[in-house]
Amino acid sequence: MLLQALAFYVFAAVTVASGAMVVVSRNPVYSVLFLILAFFNAAALFVLIGAEFIAMILVIVYVGAVAVLFLFVVMMLDINLVELREGFLKYLPVGAMIGVVLFAEILLGLGVLGAGSATMTALNKQGAQVLAIDNTRAIGRVLYTQYFYLFQVAGIVLLVAMIGAIVLTLRTRPGVRRQKVGDQINRTKEEAMTVVKVPTRGGV
Amino acid sequence: MSADLIQFFTVNWLGQLIVIVAQCLAVTVPLLVSVAYMTYVDRKVWASIQLRRGPNVVGPFGLLQPFADGLKLVLKETIVPSSANAVLFIIAPMIAFMTALVAWAVVPFDDGWVIADINVGILYLFAISSLGVYGIIIAGWASNSKYAFLGALRSAAQMVSYEVSIGFVLITVLLCVGSLNLSDVVMAQSGGFWHWFFLPLLPMFVIFFVSALAETNRTPFDLPMSEAELVAGFHTEYSAMTFGLFFLGEYANMILLSALGAVLFLGGWMSPIPYAPFTYVPGVVWFALKIAFLLFVFSWTKGTLPRYRYDQLMRLGWKVFLPVSLGWVVLTAAVLQFGGWVPKS
Repeated sequence: MLLQALAFYVFAAVTVASGAMVVVSRNPVYSVLFLILAFFNAAALFVLIGAEFIAMILVIVYVGAVAVLFLFVVMMLDINLVELREGFLKYLPVGAMIGVVLFAEILLGLGVLGAGSATMTALNKQGAQVLAIDNTRAIGRVLYTQYFYLFQVAGIVLLVAMIGAIVLTLRTRPGVRRQKVGDQINRTKEEAMTVVKVPTRGGV
Repeated sequence: MSADLIQFFTVNWLGQLIVIVAQCLAVTVPLLVSVAYMTYVDRKVWASIQLRRGPNVVGPFGLLQPFADGLKLVLKETIVPSSANAVLFIIAPMIAFMTALVAWAVVPFDDGWVIADINVGILYLFAISSLGVYGIIIAGWASNSKYAFLGALRSAAQMVSYEVSIGFVLITVLLCVGSLNLSDVVMAQSGGFWHWFFLPLLPMFVIFFVSALAETNRTPFDLPMSEAELVAGFHTEYSAMTFGLFFLGEYANMILLSALGAVLFLGGWMSPIPYAPFTYVPGVVWFALKIAFLLFVFSWTKGTLPRYRYDQLMRLGWKVFLPVSLGWVVLTAAVLQFGGWVPKS
């Protein structure tokens, strides 16, 4: 138990510290790398409370895919550090406000301020019922049955976002030669080559 | 006395620590030796394909060649380019090597021979293998060189693309198993090679293998280090042991993906014919043989195929593998559901 508590404090401290470094770092690439560290430690915290499925999905989706794309984009930016510093104070109030709102929402949701505790206790009750099976099965049982429509709606939202991104970036450029694999495969000997009898010393 | 010992190794934290370290060494040391000899086997296989002899000078049949190469890498000077980001430049090869090693924690070598028999073994492997890209992309950026950076970008795009189809392959297999535990995956294939998943899921096995080639940056998908355009891609600026770690990590990753292929499709430690003389052979030997077979196919492909063009690579990943694997997931689910073969969970 002591070891577990120690692990929790280590992971939590690293998560918070790297979260702060994401905001404070001068170089955006460092910010993304610290963000990855924060994701990783959050995953470790999930493992500590026994939610190994969520932990693995966090690593696969956020660290393995989303953060790679972040890094991909940020590394290609032409970074001007001075300009970046100028915006810091301007955006500080907005950022702080969003942070406060999110934190207040968590507090409300957890029932610390007296409200919303009913949902949490209900969820805890449900959690206690399914505790006998591992949490991958537990999620699987409710996700595709009880929360089927919400799951589908989430999928549709993502689909719409994806189509939106494609529409925004799609442009047809004239004069681009594309490889048509079907045409290449469908070529026959008759249409692709001609046999020429070249007379000796005559040339073609 | 022995009861005391058992008590010490199972209850006492120091004893448990010793057991864990011993287990890690028992996996890592043979793995590193296999990595060393994989470089040798690789070169011998290409040599045979090209009608050459391959390494044959250092030791009998050139068997000491990997150690000579390793020693050479250790003794050389580690050069950090003056405009490189020194910290990230040094960390990157460590990440590449480490991610290739930690994944072995969940691989079952035999019945019960696994360091961490966790319930989400497949997801863990998938998560760790998707981290390998960081070593490469950080190396490319920290080198502060265009060749390295272009190699890193290619690699990142390629690995992210092919991970998608590997993910669907994993989903198909675990639909057939009904568990995310790798030992359960092997147990579900017990009873001879006609029960292994490579037969009913043959298209997925092919997709898995090709994606594994792309995931490990091997020919025909070695665009991140295509020497004709990018010198050596992401490790252009690396020398000595920092390069050595990338090299070892690449081979360790190859062995890892072969092991994953063996577990998912070739029945892991199971004997191909479940009758008397074959079942006397220990499971770990069968497992090693299956890995060796897949590794041979890796070398064979490298010796045979030319390199893909970049747009062809992306086309194959997104327009061929993604729809096919997605369709196969749906088909498998439908067959399991309507054929009444849904595994009990």
